[in-house]
Amino acid sequence: MSAPSNFDEFLDGIWKQNPIFVMVLGMCPTLAVTVSAVNAISMGLATTFVLGASCLLVSLLRHSIPKQVRIASYIVIIATFVTVVDYAIQAISLDLYEALGAYIKLIVANCILLGRAEAHAAKNPPMPAMLNAIGMGFGFTLGLFAIGCVREILGAGKLFDISLFGPHFQPWVVMVLPPGGFFVLAGWLIVFAAFDHYKTKRTLGVQA
Amino acid sequence: MSQIELRAAPHQHSGSNVPTIMRNVVYSMLPICAFSVWQYGLSAALLILVVTISCLAAERINSTISGTADTLSDWSAVITGVLLALTLPPSFPLWMGVVAGFTAIWLGKSLFGGLGQNPFNPALIGRAFVQAAFPTAISTWVPAFTPNRFVECIPTTLTAPFMSPPDIVHWIKLQGMDAFTGATPMARWKFENVSASTMDFLTGQVTASAGETSAILILVCGLYLAFKKYLDWRIPVSVMGSAMLVAAAFHLVQPDRYPAPTFVLLSGGLMLGAWFMATDMATSPITPRGVWLYGALIGIVTVMIRYFGGLTEGVMYAILIANAAAPLLDQFNQPRILGETRGKS
Repeated sequence: MSAPSNFDEFLDGIWKQNPIFVMVLGMCPTLAVTVSAVNAISMGLATTFVLGASCLLVSLLRHSIPKQVRIASYIVIIATFVTVVDYAIQAISLDLYEALGAYIKLIVANCILLGRAEAHAAKNPPMPAMLNAIGMGFGFTLGLFAIGCVREILGAGKLFDISLFGPHFQPWVVMVLPPGGFFVLAGWLIVFAAFDHYKTKRTLGVQA
Repeated sequence: MSQIELRAAPHQHSGSNVPTIMRNVVYSMLPICAFSVWQYGLSAALLILVVTISCLAAERINSTISGTADTLSDWSAVITGVLLALTLPPSFPLWMGVVAGFTAIWLGKSLFGGLGQNPFNPALIGRAFVQAAFPTAISTWVPAFTPNRFVECIPTTLTAPFMSPPDIVHWIKLQGMDAFTGATPMARWKFENVSASTMDFLTGQVTASAGETSAILILVCGLYLAFKKYLDWRIPVSVMGSAMLVAAAFHLVQPDRYPAPTFVLLSGGLMLGAWFMATDMATSPITPRGVWLYGALIGIVTVMIRYFGGLTEGVMYAILIANAAAPLLDQFNQPRILGETRGKS
């Protein structure tokens, strides 16, 4: 088996190993900040930045980090970039900063980051490591956006703060509450599982 | 159900099967539906019809997608639909009823593998979802016996999909019912300390959900099912008994603060819940002792939510909680196997 090309590394995270819909990682921000599409995208992009930067650094330092202290070292690297993002968002938009709340700082505890650093970046050269990380980040953003869209449309009748149904829209209160996050996430998981099921069936049918 | 005593073989088949039982449950609910339509007119009729049809549609779509056998003919979706409609307020907008129906079947039943696999009562899942999604619409009450109820709908019934229902305060005034408070007896008790009379409850002269008003009618229909052995009589008896006991204890200690036990028994959805919701075969325990505990849990939790919770009504959540406890109750109440020594697990 030949080594996957850089482009494949990038696509992996977006589709085949999508962190939300396939690996089901990073559920904490997935359920908490997807109340609106804007929140979801900014959370996703912030995570993408931290992922790309920290995986690049981890990969560059992979020969100099002693095995015994690698987890602590990864966390220090990740925490550094999370601090950068934290201040950057605060400077760009205070509203957004307040909407995302503690979840920006909690990116450091997001399992996707440590997972990527440990499972991929520490074993691969910088270029594929960073591409894979950014792909994962975009996949994560995509997942958050898919959930955020549904929750914002049903929960507030808006998308990107633009009213879709006029002033008489009846908001589905449950969608902006925590249960809504679970319902929508489950809904998307069912859609992807069904898609996967039909694809497998079709492939098998062609072979037979 | 009540006759499953888990005895040793040989067993004889009683001849009843799932569709027969389900069909009889539907028949037994027809008088309650009829009374509801007589009380609230066109709106109640449309609500029951639309919710039932959406449950059937959800069931059909599900069996088409999953490629399983058509499960419409076992009548279970009809029960879910009718029960769900009876727990909704008669002024509930129809499009929200459709949402409730689809949620009930898909989230409450299909996802778990269909009839018999569902851990929670599907109708109550549907109601819990719309209660969380549309808290205003589900607590909007209208007076019964309005003069034009058979020719015109309550204005909220025909709300366009995804739109919020119009304000009906003006419409209620037009009905010439100035004394109408717009609150259920339980809300009035909780917030204004006014108790409704027992006679009003028995004959359905109170504000409530579409099918919860007449205690006598529910009792008769439930007794029919119990007599035909399609439901376990222990469940309603223990639900109502435990609720009354707890309520009586509170009433004895502080009569001016807590209402009489009959009020607790007859108000809200306790009767409908005890006879038709808690007795769902898939979600209640099997062994007699488990069933007693299950009913008692529902009764106690209901009274606790009503007295100390933020909600005015607690039957729905009490039954859902007891549903969740049912497998555990079954596990702890297995009958002793012949020859096994007592106290040994």
